[in-house]
Amino acid sequence: MESTLADRYTVDRPELVTRLRAVLPTNALLAEEEAMRPYDCDGLTAFRQLPLLVALPENEAQAQAILRICHDLRAPVVPRGAATGLSGGATPHPDGVLVSLAKLKKIIAVDPLARTAIVQPGVRNLAVSEAAAPYGLYYAPDPSSQIACTIGGNVAENAGGVHCLKYGLTVHNVLRVRGLTIAGDIVEFGNAALDAPGYDLLALLNGSEGLLAMITEVTVRLTPKPELAQVVIASFDDVRKAGDAVASIIAAGIIPAGLEMMDKKATHAVEPYVNAGYDLEAEAILLCESDGTPEEVAEEIGRMRAVIEKSGAAGIRVSQNEAERLRFWAGRKAAFPAVGRLTPDYLCMDGTIPRRRLAEMLEAINALSIKYALRCANVFHAGDGNLHPLIMYDANQPGELDRATAFGAEILELSVRFGGTITGEHGVGVEKIMLMAEQFSLAEIDTFHRLKAAFDEHGLLNPGKGVPTLARCREYTQARAGTAAASARP
Amino acid sequence: MDALLDDWVGRIRETAARGGKLAIRGGGSKAFYGGSESGEPFAVGDYQGIVAYEPTELVVTARAGTRLADLAATLAEKGQWLPFEPPLFGPQATVGGMLACGLSGPRRQAMGAVRDFVLGVRLLDGRGELLSFGGQVMKNVAGYDVPRLLAGSLGTLGVILEVSLKVLPRPVAECSLRLAIDEAAALQQLNRWGGRPLPISASAWHDGVLTLRLSGAAAAVAAAQRTLAGELLDDAVAAAFWQSLREQEHAFFAGEGPLWRLGLPSVAPPQALGPTLIEWGGAQRWLRGGEAAVIREAAARAGGHATLFRGETTLKAAAGVFQPLSEPLATIHRKLKQAFDPQGIFNPGRMYPDL
Ligand SMILES: Cc1cc2nc3c(=O)[nH]c(=O)nc-3n(C[C@@H](O)[C@H](O)[C@H](O)COP(=O)(O)OP(=O)(O)OC[C@H]3O[C@@H](n4cnc5c(N)ncnc54)[C@H](O)[C@@H]3O)c2cc1C
Ligand SMILES: Cc1cc2nc3c(=O)[nH]c(=O)nc-3n(C[C@H](O)[C@H](O)[C@H](O)COP(=O)(O)OP(=O)(O)OC[C@H]3O[C@@H](n4cnc5c(N)ncnc54)[C@H](O)[C@@H]3O)c2cc1C
Repeated sequence: MESTLADRYTVDRPELVTRLRAVLPTNALLAEEEAMRPYDCDGLTAFRQLPLLVALPENEAQAQAILRICHDLRAPVVPRGAATGLSGGATPHPDGVLVSLAKLKKIIAVDPLARTAIVQPGVRNLAVSEAAAPYGLYYAPDPSSQIACTIGGNVAENAGGVHCLKYGLTVHNVLRVRGLTIAGDIVEFGNAALDAPGYDLLALLNGSEGLLAMITEVTVRLTPKPELAQVVIASFDDVRKAGDAVASIIAAGIIPAGLEMMDKKATHAVEPYVNAGYDLEAEAILLCESDGTPEEVAEEIGRMRAVIEKSGAAGIRVSQNEAERLRFWAGRKAAFPAVGRLTPDYLCMDGTIPRRRLAEMLEAINALSIKYALRCANVFHAGDGNLHPLIMYDANQPGELDRATAFGAEILELSVRFGGTITGEHGVGVEKIMLMAEQFSLAEIDTFHRLKAAFDEHGLLNPGKGVPTLARCREYTQARAGTAAASARP
Repeated sequence: MDALLDDWVGRIRETAARGGKLAIRGGGSKAFYGGSESGEPFAVGDYQGIVAYEPTELVVTARAGTRLADLAATLAEKGQWLPFEPPLFGPQATVGGMLACGLSGPRRQAMGAVRDFVLGVRLLDGRGELLSFGGQVMKNVAGYDVPRLLAGSLGTLGVILEVSLKVLPRPVAECSLRLAIDEAAALQQLNRWGGRPLPISASAWHDGVLTLRLSGAAAAVAAAQRTLAGELLDDAVAAAFWQSLREQEHAFFAGEGPLWRLGLPSVAPPQALGPTLIEWGGAQRWLRGGEAAVIREAAARAGGHATLFRGETTLKAAAGVFQPLSEPLATIHRKLKQAFDPQGIFNPGRMYPDL
């Protein structure tokens, strides 16, 4: 589908091209449809849109020049990293310049004593850990897309990973962001210390979906590698028991290094793909990791086992070596692509709910799967209550995309009703923009617009993403009220 | 409580309409911090109570006037706590004041700050709108992260009504060690140790003595104690020491004269600016006395910033409490303030003179 949510802008394309050509090397500006085609979507492939132009700056100065020109001509700008985003945050704007930061991929410095790395925004997440490895350090946030996604995209989405229950999200692991405002001003958010004077704008930049500033450099915090990590893998004959086990682990005062759950559909998708060794009889499996000194891990694994056994697990295994541990995780990390092999298309939901509602939510999703006649596999960051139902559909079958979208929306509405949120880590983007009206009042949405205007007065940086206009919110709530009234009629 | 809120909304709107100012007060325990108060007192300390506490969710929600001491006691019953060890600075310190001041105690480097644990807020903005951001779940990227923005905002953006915080289980084991070592060597050591998986939960160097606290699983603490050597402190002595740092009752903080807080990269060398107490593995350095301009210059050169944590009103006015901002940052600050508080009624001058 073409993105219909973006308000249109009147931009003088020839003028824009002339001025951009003057500041960029020839191969850094794409204007032909054929050349721009690969940039027409991000990981949310259901939304495709050709941009007006694609720019590929090679350094901060070029990025700055692009922004100044776009600001001058009032042309929208959409920042893009590796385009692994799942909410359409990097979906192009029809009247705007898509700016890919992929060429800014230098690791500027790794300081083992300070445990920090300074990297450009196009550096891949995993590349940071690889550069830090010789010093016994790593970058803790590990989204499953880590071989491809960039640090710039991670900051913009406040990405999480399978280890963020213990080690935090991106916002907890970034010390400083250097960025450009839409007007082309260079701004430093945070610094190499643990805090900075003034408002915590660094926190605000995390998860801002490219709407507040274009990120050109990031200082990340590196974490010492634990001496040992081991993972317990538990099978359950009932998802409810698995959900309860999660709550019991936390109640016992344990903060696992990772606590992930997969249902039967997910393990069946993954197993033939990566041979992780999962129990295919189980209705749900739980991966529960401990890390630290060997003594610490032995002690903690003992406590984890005891709790999981009491929760009625049908089987428990503990990884016996590093290779086996990585294999157990490989299955979890490959869950999205594995499901992708079973279906032409899928939508990945990202609601977060209080952990105690997990079992209830899973049952509701099963019911919705029947209602919409679409398959759905569940993988989630159970420790954080962050769900990733993967709704399988075929865009070539008439009506399936609409059914999948409605299915997803119902899950997210339920997430809000359970006291949670429509997105835990993938962002709002274009995908969930109207659902913002489920979660926020008009006054709150208005505050977001005011906040945005403090950075970007003319609304040029990634417009049509993240926060719906007040007019669209009103339409949405009126339409919803209409539907509710209609269904309430006898 | 709803009647109280209605009352506040009315007062905010009325104040904004006539161009008045309000000085928000929690317990008044941190009134010394920041620029001096101006405006009519607006007391929020009576808006109290724990709204929700679900130990297995690791989340607590409390009204802003809830006393930190009461909150800590409730969490302790379930073996949990606020891991950033917020300073109380008196029994009347409140949850709202804690978030507004954004101060952290000795555990900061190991565990994070208030901003790392705040999940959701309810507030009244400068137009008297009741707003709610974030929530009670661990991960939430819907909308901008206003809850974290409020951490350390010193009440300049709105009246905080309710705060949801992530809580954690208390560590099973803890012990403190003491070593004789000079400043440069201590900084070097702290940073080296920081690169190893050691359970150091706090560190403090002063006057040739380095004190370390280890927290975590019993086995890990015991192993680290052997690795680091040092003299083991009696538990009661250790507890009193860390408490004296967090509450600034330690002899270093006694007496008149300005107190500076430098936030620096942990690897910054000794600054030789006067009597120093180092915390957070080198990332927080307290300084007594000294020339404002010299201190600010040194902090900036080292890649950090300096706060005039305590000082005479005249010195605060002359030197400014917080390190000045770059022009683009200052502009964003002014516009953000306007976004939340268009008439500028809340805590004017508490952070920067023009906010
Ligand atoms: C006599 C005296 C002695 C002190 N001694 C010490 C000391 O020894 N060491 C030390 O570190 N500190 C000391 N303080 C500082 C102490 O006042 C801290 O300010 C306190 O911890 C903050 O908690 P509180 O609830 O008391 O906040 P308050 O002091 O009431 O408020 C602190 C800040 O937060 C804002 N605020 C409070 N509640 C809200 C809310 N709900 N919404 C928005 N903004 C809010 C206020 O406007 C203010 O800017 C002293 C203060 C006084 C008056
Ligand atoms: C298989 C798979 C698994 C995934 N697993 C996870 C997971 O475990 N956890 C998780 O959190 N996410 C996950 N994701 C989602 C995605 O990988 C993350 O959101 C990631 O952070 C996006 O990074 P990117 O470089 O691909 O950014 P893009 O998709 O290119 O962009 C994402 C957003 O960031 C903005 N942006 C990008 N670069 C910049 C910049 N330099 N300055 C300003 N704004 C910028 C864009 O405008 C857009 O709004 C997964 C995705 C896939 C496909």
